[in-house]
Amino acid sequence: MSVFVAYRKEWLELIRTHRLLIVAIVLVFFGLTSPLLAKFTPEIITLIPGGEEISKIIPVPTVVDAIAQYVKNMGQFGIILALLLTMGAIAQEKDKGTAAMMLVKPLPRGAFLAAKFAGLASMFAISLAVAGIACYYYTLLLFEAMNILNWLVLNVLLFVYTLVFVALTLFCSTLTKSQAAAGGIALGLMVILGLIGAIPTLGKYLPGELIIWGTRLMQGGTTTSWTALGVSIGLIVVPLLAAWLIFERQEL
Amino acid sequence: MIAVRTEELRKVFGTIFALDGLNLSVEEGTVFGFLGPNGAGKTTTIRILTSLAHATSGQAWVLGKEVTTNRREIAQQIGFLPEEPAFYPWMTPREFLDYVGRVFGLQAAMRSTRTKELLALAGLEEAAKRRIGGFSRGMRQRLALAQALVNHPKVLFLDEPASALDPVGRKEVLDFIEQLRGQCTVFMSTHILADVERVCDTVGIINRGKLVTAAPREALLAQYAIPAFEVEVDAKTEAALVPWSEALRRVTWVTTISLQGLVARVIVNDVEAAKRELLASITQAGLILTRYEVVRPSLEDVFLQLVGQEEGQV
Repeated sequence: MSVFVAYRKEWLELIRTHRLLIVAIVLVFFGLTSPLLAKFTPEIITLIPGGEEISKIIPVPTVVDAIAQYVKNMGQFGIILALLLTMGAIAQEKDKGTAAMMLVKPLPRGAFLAAKFAGLASMFAISLAVAGIACYYYTLLLFEAMNILNWLVLNVLLFVYTLVFVALTLFCSTLTKSQAAAGGIALGLMVILGLIGAIPTLGKYLPGELIIWGTRLMQGGTTTSWTALGVSIGLIVVPLLAAWLIFERQEL
Repeated sequence: MIAVRTEELRKVFGTIFALDGLNLSVEEGTVFGFLGPNGAGKTTTIRILTSLAHATSGQAWVLGKEVTTNRREIAQQIGFLPEEPAFYPWMTPREFLDYVGRVFGLQAAMRSTRTKELLALAGLEEAAKRRIGGFSRGMRQRLALAQALVNHPKVLFLDEPASALDPVGRKEVLDFIEQLRGQCTVFMSTHILADVERVCDTVGIINRGKLVTAAPREALLAQYAIPAFEVEVDAKTEAALVPWSEALRRVTWVTTISLQGLVARVIVNDVEAAKRELLASITQAGLILTRYEVVRPSLEDVFLQLVGQEEGQV
């Protein structure tokens, strides 16, 4: 019950502070421009001096290029937005005193934390959904229709991938009262995750593999990466549990 | 019944003892003034009692429940006003009070009624739809008090409720607290003696993390009363004031006498004898009296006396 009360406040905050709108606009912009950029890159290149020669060696763009562009944009901006919008989630409430003001009341700290995560997850789910629809529509106009089910799976995988960074950043935000410090620690963790992911034998089990899996699916591939999905869910659940255990014992 | 109790409460930050074996007991229904200089341990005590901080050792109870193991139950029955109340600036006061009502599990109809009542009590009806972010400090403080009352708390913790306010704001907040007398136990920390003197019926003085004394205000004032009389005479008889004071100095029940203009302050060692003989001596000396007063000690006198003793012991 308490978690719904806290979630209602988080949802109102997302709307009133225009965070939901901003994230949706950013992701929809890149969702729309991905197929556009893929389609018109060769033509854009012809506009630069000597570009005509270069454009001759660029293959004719296909739907695969649009998808690749979309996945790259969503992956990058998903991480950036997850970091920026999550680093202050708990830290700022502790620093300003609103956490103390509310948690002195019968609002469990676990519910407070869960509502934060649920609010952020809702924001990314809605924004990714709208961006996905926008990209699908433009790809249809500029290229051809894509497999809707596979497109849905790709976006779910992108969503899970983003949530990993939301959970990690939320954990960091619980550790400290400074959102800058939380952001710094989270960035450090992301760099470590990225470096481990660059090792081929380990990378295929990490969240980055979800994007590769989704792209592969859109190209007609059938190889799955369930382990990477399991690890990613683990990388969401474990930081959240750790954050809860730490937050329960923390002085406010 | 005891509303708040602590036993050998200690809180250590590195090498600093914020609380050093605090033993405290507050009767239910009182307006308890928790008085002490800055850094005495007042806020730390409230933070432990409201479960925002953990004691290094010792125990604390609120409404008979130990604070570390009954956080949720206690939270249902207390109200808390922090020293610097914080709000979500994008919310309106109506939304904030409604949110607090939801946290306490109040039904929609009850929430709506309570929100209206508290907005009226805090004088924020006209600002009910404005964003809190644009509120003045006084408005925020009144809203903070209102949110602490949403659940009709049995114990209300107020941490320096009026310290940051201008005289008008201070009066409003103290009037507000005065209205709560008899409705709940108020545990109010402050370093402002006048606030305690005005609204509190029981006083606890804390210094360096230890309770120096705790007693009903009047008992405390009586216990530490300075037996003094003040006499003010008419300017026409000023010349007779010095000879009278010299003569009085030799009387056995007089400890000291000091003159300041037309006012004589007489400290005595036998109040009853002074009451019988002082007026007579004034008449005999030919002084025309314009004021005669048995000096009532202020809480400030008591505070300085007690805290001064403590400092002297260190």
